[in-house]
Amino acid sequence: MRRLGHFERVMVIWLAVSAISMTLAAVFLTPILPPGNGGAEASGQRFDNEVLTLVSILVCALIFVYFGYVLIVFRARRAETMDGPPIRGHARVQLLWIVTTTATVLFLAAFGTYELLGGAGGGQGSKPVFKSFSSDQLVSSKDPPLQVQVIAQQWQFTYRYVSDGGFESAQLVLPIHRQIELHVTSLDVIHSFWIPALGIKADANPGFDNIAYLTPTKVANVRIQCAELCGLFHGYMFDTARIVTPSAYAAFVKSQSQFVSPVTKYLPKYSGNYLPDPAFRAG
Amino acid sequence: MNRPLWRRLLGFHLGTGIVLGIGGFYLGWFGGHWIVNGLSPASLGYFGDTGQNDISLFLGYLLGVVGFLVGLGFANYPLARLRGYPPTLREKEEHQGIGRFFVLNTDHKVVGLQYFGGIGLFFFIAGLNAMLIRFELLRPQPNVWPAGNYLTLVTEHGTMMMGMMTSGILGPFANYLVPLMIGARRMAFPRIEALTFWLLMAAGVILLSGYFYGGIPTGWTGYQPLNDQANMGMDAYIMFFALVGLSMCLLGLNMLATVITMRAPGMTWTRLPMFVWGVISTAVLMLLAPPVLISVLTMSAFDRTIQTGFFVAAQGGTSYLFENLFWFFGHPEVYILALPGFGIVLELLPVFARKPLWGYRLAIAGFLGVSLLSWMVWQHHIFVSGINSDLRPFYMLSTELISIPTGFTFLCAMGTLWRGQIRYRVPMLFCLGWVFNFLFGGLSGIFLSDVPSDVDSHGSFFSMAHFHYTIMGGLIFAFFAGVYYWLPKMTGFMLNERLGKIHFWMMFVAFNSTFGPLFALGFMGMARRDVTYPSNLQGLNDWVSASAFVLGISMLVFLFNLVYSQLFAKEPAGANPWDSKSLEFQLPSPVPVHDFDRIPVIVGDPYGYGEEGSAVARPSPVPVPAGGGA
Amino acid sequence: MSSLQKLAGIAAALVVAGVLIGFYIVDILMAGPKALRAGTPGPNNSINLTIQTVAAAGSTLTANPSWVSYFVRDSSNTWRHTTIWTLPAHTLVHVTVYQFDGDSGLRNPFLAKVRGTVGNSMTVDGKSMNVLNPDDASHTFAVPQLGLIVPLKGVADDAKNQCDFGPCALSTAHQTITFSFYTPKKGRYRWQCFVPCAAGFLAGFGGPMQTLGYMDGFLNVV
Repeated sequence: MRRLGHFERVMVIWLAVSAISMTLAAVFLTPILPPGNGGAEASGQRFDNEVLTLVSILVCALIFVYFGYVLIVFRARRAETMDGPPIRGHARVQLLWIVTTTATVLFLAAFGTYELLGGAGGGQGSKPVFKSFSSDQLVSSKDPPLQVQVIAQQWQFTYRYVSDGGFESAQLVLPIHRQIELHVTSLDVIHSFWIPALGIKADANPGFDNIAYLTPTKVANVRIQCAELCGLFHGYMFDTARIVTPSAYAAFVKSQSQFVSPVTKYLPKYSGNYLPDPAFRAG
Repeated sequence: MNRPLWRRLLGFHLGTGIVLGIGGFYLGWFGGHWIVNGLSPASLGYFGDTGQNDISLFLGYLLGVVGFLVGLGFANYPLARLRGYPPTLREKEEHQGIGRFFVLNTDHKVVGLQYFGGIGLFFFIAGLNAMLIRFELLRPQPNVWPAGNYLTLVTEHGTMMMGMMTSGILGPFANYLVPLMIGARRMAFPRIEALTFWLLMAAGVILLSGYFYGGIPTGWTGYQPLNDQANMGMDAYIMFFALVGLSMCLLGLNMLATVITMRAPGMTWTRLPMFVWGVISTAVLMLLAPPVLISVLTMSAFDRTIQTGFFVAAQGGTSYLFENLFWFFGHPEVYILALPGFGIVLELLPVFARKPLWGYRLAIAGFLGVSLLSWMVWQHHIFVSGINSDLRPFYMLSTELISIPTGFTFLCAMGTLWRGQIRYRVPMLFCLGWVFNFLFGGLSGIFLSDVPSDVDSHGSFFSMAHFHYTIMGGLIFAFFAGVYYWLPKMTGFMLNERLGKIHFWMMFVAFNSTFGPLFALGFMGMARRDVTYPSNLQGLNDWVSASAFVLGISMLVFLFNLVYSQLFAKEPAGANPWDSKSLEFQLPSPVPVHDFDRIPVIVGDPYGYGEEGSAVARPSPVPVPAGGGA
Repeated sequence: MSSLQKLAGIAAALVVAGVLIGFYIVDILMAGPKALRAGTPGPNNSINLTIQTVAAAGSTLTANPSWVSYFVRDSSNTWRHTTIWTLPAHTLVHVTVYQFDGDSGLRNPFLAKVRGTVGNSMTVDGKSMNVLNPDDASHTFAVPQLGLIVPLKGVADDAKNQCDFGPCALSTAHQTITFSFYTPKKGRYRWQCFVPCAAGFLAGFGGPMQTLGYMDGFLNVV
């Protein structure tokens, strides 16, 4: 059998290493990649991360194998400085590299856009283009999206249940299998509404309505975290959202709206954003 | 020539600069107080409520910097010219020895070494801040620094690093080496060169003064409207970045003018060393991006002092204006950080593999491609901010596309090593460290450029790990490669090889041990700049903090190596310790004041390894006669 | 002096200066209000906590005389300027707030609903209520981690004998608000004011609202 040249050896080792590590990753690593499977968006993002991880392993393996091989095989074995062969380039290798890297990049961009179209995209601004997954398997209710407003202020999130009468609460409770349209806004500085387990992050800007979609699929208590530095207690601006069954959600709406009813009359009419008096500087 | 002490003290040097700077500061400070309290216009009444006078502080800083620069002597030449004196290129060089580093010196080599010391100093200060941050993160609940002070630590660390390290390679290395590499005796604008250094030093002091004025709560990005709400320390941040921006802009201008106009005969564009191409591609960004920063900071300053409403939604402004303008600067800024590292690695690999640079033109295309594309990607920093959702696929594509020219650099590095005769000296180790680190930095960038993936990792420790891998793992490792490689040329003494290897391995292992787990922490939901975190993450955080302390100690190893080898061991380097074919290594070490005895004629590129009889220049420079030049 | 000696001298001076500046900066970084065992024992193993809120902190105890601030009464009946209060865990705390400041109005009216106290109500000058008119709020005492929020009624603009600088005496115009809550298990819980009361700052949330010791603090539950 003919002895393999250096280049062929590197390629063979690379393919072997990639095959093994990609398989191991696909079996053990990718199922536990964030954000997990708590919601439709989260699953889409997790799958996206899975593809990215596998491509990254391929690239990493190439660089490690190549450099490992070259650094061992081509090290200078003699003490005095001897020059290597004057190879200044190789047009075919360069062309191959350009073509494969471009193809990989275009594939990843296309794949990311596909996932984005499916709704895995967090905060989308006031005119969202990509609605959430709404396949019948995930969404059991034929109702229009449940509208919930997240009001970020220094340093707490409060929530207005717009579809259920517009009452406000300090607790976020959401039903599973329902498409939820979150309207995120701020009363003062930039905050960011982030639920890691559900794959949702939407910045809260003052005077602006940032819309994000959410379709939870698992009953759980999930952590809400502010993800944009907003001042002294930014690190303490966390909360817990309860994702519950639709009947539990209905019970929550009934009891909570009754509990907060003394103050509901003072709330302003629901709006995408609430701005204080322009010249307002307290005093 | 020994002039009397009073005459020496009265001249234009750092001491005078400090005195006039402090004088200028108080002049501006009391001027600002007079405007607010003395003139007492009703429109400025809120300063009484807040108990803080931002106008005073801004005026103080401004006049302080002016005083500082005047004291150093920067006004002398313009005033002389105004009075009709003929133009000269250099200040009279009265200071020799150590003194020449503490004055306005127009020798590009002196400016390079000044940068080395000055940036090194601020790098260590910012690094100490990082140690204090990691100390706090040993426990999930804050235990050392009260919440607001922690934010100031985070801001000071980030801001100082970002502001100082953008000039981290161009300052020390490009100033020193670019004229030598292109066959010139000076930079195009020697006084501006000195100005960029001293502006940076003034800026650093101003940023540190933020500690004394109530801290800075916004992180290095300085987002409005939190910026507006902040205490007076925010003014220090604004002033710092404005001065840094000015310094960067002038540095880029100088580099471009030098390389375009002052190349030696025969130095065509395709014979330039890769390092110079790195400098060119960076200098374009450095020239064009900081003005945007300065404009957004000016608007912030107006918002904070005279109550304009650029970024206040209730007054008709918008916070998005800040985000977009800042990141329009901010993205080229990070490529300013990364590109010089590419240049250094591709410059050094041929020397240590004893082969020509593989794919020279492809590498140039890579650098320029990165430079060009870096203008078109900035919105990937604000994917989930609520930007128009139609834009997101475009920016995802443009950001992913940047990895193609970056990949060219990797390909050229790989090709250069193929069938080489690789020597594992310390600079080579740092270059290989760069390859390893930048690989992870770049791949994590792919994750972050992908919008669905970014939704979870934006603003988390994953993002932090990504930029520390590219900036610290990339830039700083390349910086040390350059130090070990070029310092012998600058001072004439080698750095100790064994200590260098200890430094490298300690730094490499500790660096990866510190920042690798941060990817996992980000994926587990730990947000940036948070003084608290979920208690189940404490184990990993403690591991990271311990590694960070080891990383800090590795820097001390380097400092020890520096002091020991340069002041005590003094192993002479000779003109060409690495057997390089590059033009700067054909000169003696340390390089004499006049650089070249005769400007050489360039006949080839500096990568003629393995090619019989190749050289950069003919004829070789005449050796310096004994006692000549100084 | 040789070059080396000069360099060594400069380096030594720099190191000494650096260390001194370092200590000074660390000192500044660690500065902040100190924890105070703030309650006095009440009936049935409960704790009585007395605090006041003022329009301007005054220069006697504070660094920022023009900022709004909280004060707390310690066990020897003196008013102290700190907002970090040490309380025992799982204990009923009876809080009395003397409110000396005028109203600024809540930016988010929802926060005018009393939550998290015993009975979800408070007593204002003797009258029990579970919600306040949001425009009348001067400050709040809120511990979001415990779901506790109590809006504090402001002194009327035309009230006579208003207090100018803290700590204020009970003879000046004020509202008295009382409520009770149970401390949770051991931990540090942040509390804050939610009314934008920081005069002169954007959205009323700068300065005293962002500095520990004035309108923000911690409950050190031990």
